[in-house]
Amino acid sequence: MSIVSLQVGQCGNQIGHELFNAISGDCNGPNRKTYSECSNERFFHESPTGELVARSVLVDMEPKVVAQTISKACKSGRWRYGDEAYFSQKQGSGNNWANGFCVHGPRHKEVVEELVRREIERCDRLAGIFTMMSVAGGTGSGVGTYITQCLRDMYPQSFIFNQLTWPYGAGEVIVQNYNSVLTLSHLYQLSDAILVHENDTVHKICSRLMNIKHISINDVNKVIAHQLGSVLQPAYTADSSGYYSRNPIGELLSSVVCHPEYKLLSLCNIPHMSSTSLAYSTFNWPGLLKHLRQMLIASARMEEGIDWTVSVPSAVTSGGESGTNSRQKCFNVSIANLLILRGKDVSTAQTGKLLSNICLEAILKNVNSFSAWNSPVPFNGYQKSATLVSNSQSLLKPLDNIVRKAWDMFASRAYLHQYTKFGISEEDFLDSFTALEQIISSYTHL
Amino acid sequence: MTQSVVVQGEDMEPNCIGGRITGLKARAVLVDMEEGVLAEILQGPLRQLFSSTQLISDVSGSGNNWAVGHHTYGSVYREQIVDQVRRAAEHCDCLQCFFLIHSMGGGTGSGLGTFVLKLLEEEFPEVCRIVTSVYPTAEDDVITSPYNCVLAMKELTEHADCVLPVDNQSLVDIVGKIQHMSHTGKPSCVIKKNSTIISGQGGWLDQMFSDAFSKEHQLIRADPKHNLYLACALMLRGNVQLSDLRRNIDRLKPTLPFVQWNQEGWKTSLCSVPPVGHTHSLLALANNTCVQFAFGQLRERFVKLYRRKAHLHHYLAVDGMESAGFSEALSCLSDLIQDYTHLECPLMPNAPRLSIAT
Repeated sequence: MSIVSLQVGQCGNQIGHELFNAISGDCNGPNRKTYSECSNERFFHESPTGELVARSVLVDMEPKVVAQTISKACKSGRWRYGDEAYFSQKQGSGNNWANGFCVHGPRHKEVVEELVRREIERCDRLAGIFTMMSVAGGTGSGVGTYITQCLRDMYPQSFIFNQLTWPYGAGEVIVQNYNSVLTLSHLYQLSDAILVHENDTVHKICSRLMNIKHISINDVNKVIAHQLGSVLQPAYTADSSGYYSRNPIGELLSSVVCHPEYKLLSLCNIPHMSSTSLAYSTFNWPGLLKHLRQMLIASARMEEGIDWTVSVPSAVTSGGESGTNSRQKCFNVSIANLLILRGKDVSTAQTGKLLSNICLEAILKNVNSFSAWNSPVPFNGYQKSATLVSNSQSLLKPLDNIVRKAWDMFASRAYLHQYTKFGISEEDFLDSFTALEQIISSYTHL
Repeated sequence: MTQSVVVQGEDMEPNCIGGRITGLKARAVLVDMEEGVLAEILQGPLRQLFSSTQLISDVSGSGNNWAVGHHTYGSVYREQIVDQVRRAAEHCDCLQCFFLIHSMGGGTGSGLGTFVLKLLEEEFPEVCRIVTSVYPTAEDDVITSPYNCVLAMKELTEHADCVLPVDNQSLVDIVGKIQHMSHTGKPSCVIKKNSTIISGQGGWLDQMFSDAFSKEHQLIRADPKHNLYLACALMLRGNVQLSDLRRNIDRLKPTLPFVQWNQEGWKTSLCSVPPVGHTHSLLALANNTCVQFAFGQLRERFVKLYRRKAHLHHYLAVDGMESAGFSEALSCLSDLIQDYTHLECPLMPNAPRLSIAT
């Protein structure tokens, strides 16, 4: 089973490159023949000369980042991108979602569709399409959304899984909240699941846990790539009976996206640390799981500063009626969780006990909303690591902030003419706001 | 477009690198309805950048009459201008923007200049149009300059994507300051003409940021700090780090009032290459409600003339100019001033969000 990746815009291309780099590095370690074979089949195909070529399509409306990405991959010596697997233009989208979605997208539809089709036809079996993009700018968000829409039409039966990078709250692009609102509302109709990374939290991981002094975009992207890799690399699942899972995206979706109204996924991963302190650290599974559990119920995105006072409210533990009143305010309600453990002695980790009782099963009776995968192969240099993909309320606050700021701007009609100029009307905005308020409301009232 | 071309020529003179740019031609079309200034350019230090085929000129000038520039010369030179611009555009791989530089007070820059702006919109609707407009001083010797300015402003409001207004008096003040500083000869003082900033070399980075927001360093005579910022772009060149930029934004932000819906309305850009002869420079472009006062003064000067119908017949004698044009331009300016005033008292403070029935 293979995954076809799509890297759109500056952010998507940079993260895509880091992801393939992390994966190919991870496969180069000792004692992991089957694991590497499975991973290679998943992410790469072999050129006639035996080189690993990423199953990925690069798209940007500027030439610079795509060119840099391709040449960096070539220099790695381990893998490269396909010779004709990219498409770039010269002009950029000017941080305008409407320009990407209404102008660039339709204009380059055929070319991009053809590139993706070629990658897909190269796969023996397609596990799904994995798209990486940001929501703040114009190309990743606008063109990325448009391409997702085209792919949904072309491949109605395939899994489409989007990874989105949310901008720093303090602002990278003035209209980032407009672009985010438009992207999220459209993708919610198209994508099977949306996995979110917030730049703010990843930045904090870089500064507090990895002790990086001058944090560059590269550092942030590496952390995102590490987290993605820890989900997408081969693992044993409940259905895979002793073999590495053949259907990673499908199994991921079936475990965490159990209702079409709820498809915003967040990720936490422990441990994260600088490579120097990693050499002197040891971990045990009970310790890691204890942290991860508390991170989930207190909605902390990293190991540091977890609020240990949050506990599972009694209404949930007793399995009774989970009225909103009885629920603790800061308890993070989740619908479904997927735990992925990688590393030594993984079979000794007692996952079931620690992660029970944290999911909301009231509305989903008889659904097993907790799944676990594992792999005995240590991932990306960490002897033991644990990753949790959760469908929970933890993205509610940042989502609400984005919608509030965008709404403030919209109420003053600020920057709207830049969008109507390309064909996104006020009604389109209102539709998007309605869709997102609906999502916020659904998650709030879990 | 007499003035702007001259300004540009003067600015670049000290940095002229002569022989090294022989192979390059400016992506520019130069238009004037007199011959003098264009002839000077062709003989000046930048002559290698231009060839005579890039010039469009006439002999008789527009007589400080917007209508002559806009209507008379507009219809005569229309084809030729479109042709020249198209030829320049065809040399571009990826045409992003037209940058129009003109003055507001005279006849050619304001009249024909805004005609060209309209032409660009017709011929290249997808290419954005940024206009630098030099406004005359109040004591301008052109008696009809308020008419020309207000008539031109209507065109700018309707056809430009972005206007960077420059007050001639501010330019004069800055030049005076530069001369004063270079005569008193402060040691280690480097003067940056292009960036509108005067600042010292060697670690006075924060001073440069403070200056960019001070009244003395604006290109129009107004105080942005006492008015409302809608958005602000900071463009840094030279040896400046992202952390310097963030630090200074954090430092200055409490003193800068931003409109409620755009509290994070910053656009920043960094380029490690400094302008020739400098270690660093900062350009701050702000959309600020302080422009309304300059526009208000301009309206007063216009009304003073218009009430007595002074000089109107010179305009109305021109083919294509109608008296309604004056009243329309005036109300357009009034609307613009009002729009900026209204921003200071928000229309819908805290508009309630959409609510979802549960």
